[in-house]
Amino acid sequence: MRTGSRRPGRIGAGIAGIVVALIWAFPVYWMVNSSLLPDAVLQSSSPTFLPFGGSWSNFTAVVSGGTFLPALGMSVLVALVVVACSLFFAFLAALAISRFRFRGRKSFVLAVLFVQMLPAEGLFIAQYKLMSSVGLLNTVLGLSVLYIAAIVPFTVWMLRGFVAGIPVDLEEAAMVDGLSRTQAFLRITFPLLAPGLVAAGVYAFLQSWNEFTVALVVLQDDSSRTLPLWLRGFVQASASRATDWGQVMAASTLVAVPVIVFFLIVQGRMTSGLVGGAVKG
Amino acid sequence: MSSTPSAGVAAMASAAAGRSSRPASRRRRPAPYLLLLPAVAVLVAAMGYPLVWQVISSLQEFGLAQQFGQPAPFVGLDNYARLVTDPYLWTVVLRSIAFCLVAAGATMAVGVGVALLMRVLPTAVRIVLQISLLLAWAMPVVASMTVWRWLFDWRRGVVNWLLTAAGLDFRGHNWLQEPLSFFAVAAIIVVWMSVPFVAFSVYAGLTQVSEEVLEAAQMDGASPAQRFWGIVVPIIRPVLAIVLLLQIIWDLRVFTQIKLLQDAGSIASETNLLGTYIYQLGTGSSDFGTASAVSIFVLVLTVALSAFYVRGMLKEDES
Repeated sequence: MRTGSRRPGRIGAGIAGIVVALIWAFPVYWMVNSSLLPDAVLQSSSPTFLPFGGSWSNFTAVVSGGTFLPALGMSVLVALVVVACSLFFAFLAALAISRFRFRGRKSFVLAVLFVQMLPAEGLFIAQYKLMSSVGLLNTVLGLSVLYIAAIVPFTVWMLRGFVAGIPVDLEEAAMVDGLSRTQAFLRITFPLLAPGLVAAGVYAFLQSWNEFTVALVVLQDDSSRTLPLWLRGFVQASASRATDWGQVMAASTLVAVPVIVFFLIVQGRMTSGLVGGAVKG
Repeated sequence: MSSTPSAGVAAMASAAAGRSSRPASRRRRPAPYLLLLPAVAVLVAAMGYPLVWQVISSLQEFGLAQQFGQPAPFVGLDNYARLVTDPYLWTVVLRSIAFCLVAAGATMAVGVGVALLMRVLPTAVRIVLQISLLLAWAMPVVASMTVWRWLFDWRRGVVNWLLTAAGLDFRGHNWLQEPLSFFAVAAIIVVWMSVPFVAFSVYAGLTQVSEEVLEAAQMDGASPAQRFWGIVVPIIRPVLAIVLLLQIIWDLRVFTQIKLLQDAGSIASETNLLGTYIYQLGTGSSDFGTASAVSIFVLVLTVALSAFYVRGMLKEDES
């Protein structure tokens, strides 16, 4: 609430803002900081707050442990399949519901909205049974199908907004000028959709990269784990001895930093992409 | 799959983008159905089929014999009847609801507070605050959980160290042993994870509140609290309602956080919420009948809660 621009109020707000910023950033900072400290330093009785660690030994230990790279490969593979398929399926469906009026349209929209709210925890036991009965436990295909189904509803909804935001007149004008419907779509509409596709793709990527619940029931084999499962396993394996928090934090950093960097870059790009598209259109 | 908060914001963004729509074709033809086919197929396979299986098995009995391949006999509503009379289920349900209300309430209070704070901050501090919220928002859940376990570690955790340095004796205090402090830690983590989404959404909503109206009210002698409840809240009510609803739905089914905190050695039966209880029934004891019945309870509850959200979204689809 604005309390006018009296000085003490503003200074108080500034201090409060900095305190809140510190609280929210601290866990992320602490993860990176601890990952760079050797275990001997972490075991000392008082914590080390400043990043004077500079020791990469935790990272080399984690990566050379031999389980990280297979999990990374698994995560990348699942993410690629999920992003490609859910974007394609959702795009077609978004086109149908925003460009056509047809019988059953409303039921589909309703289904999409409800399915999007369904908790994984309400279905995962049944999905586990399904995957085990068709022999797709511990496979990229099995996990991807479940992820695509979970992600498609929201991406449909997201893309619907973007498709509907592009005036049909534009397409029709191009058709009057002699382009076929498909050509008009590919040359006029598709480029305007790019920001929407990027946004939806990022959403799909983050969902599939971070997902834990469904992966936990579908991937039971240690040799077919995605990164979140690998990280959990790493913590548990480490906890059977005295937990080596330096290595655990290095492992967490390896999982988190790519996502954070990606998220921050895209956050900026996405807004500028939206604005750029609007101006050019 | 848990919807991340980014889902909601993107929903709002796409909602804003999706105004000027007009259907191009009203003729009947196969095109729209063909376009829907892949999405419908994957939904039917991965959601529809398990849902039907779940409804059927909630009416069946799964015991030891079924694990050795015997077909499961139908027992009607026995699983449900047993659950309704099972005091442990009610404990878990009430615990989940209590946790959800506390976590969602605290998230809303802190999130709205941070959003209001962002409005009065000098630009430089506001950007620092926004970057820090984005960092927390971008953290993968599992990575966040390991960090928070390290922060609350009983031996070398920085939380115990800080509290001890502040004069309280928290040396060697294990936060995750007692159910109550277990849930307090879980709630803190959930609030930390969810506040960025609430803060950014409400902050976006606050741009609709005009400075002039607030200043006029101030000159007329309205106190900050009066201005907040009398002017700001009514204007941003739609955003608040949707964000609160999403928080309730998400916090009701919190699984990953509880499961990973239980890994640290808490007693599962004392710290189970609905999600972890279903998991335990389904994978631990292979009691698919009961697990399905509880799952259906969760699904019905979610659908009932989502109805408001869906109604709002449908209106937007029609506009």
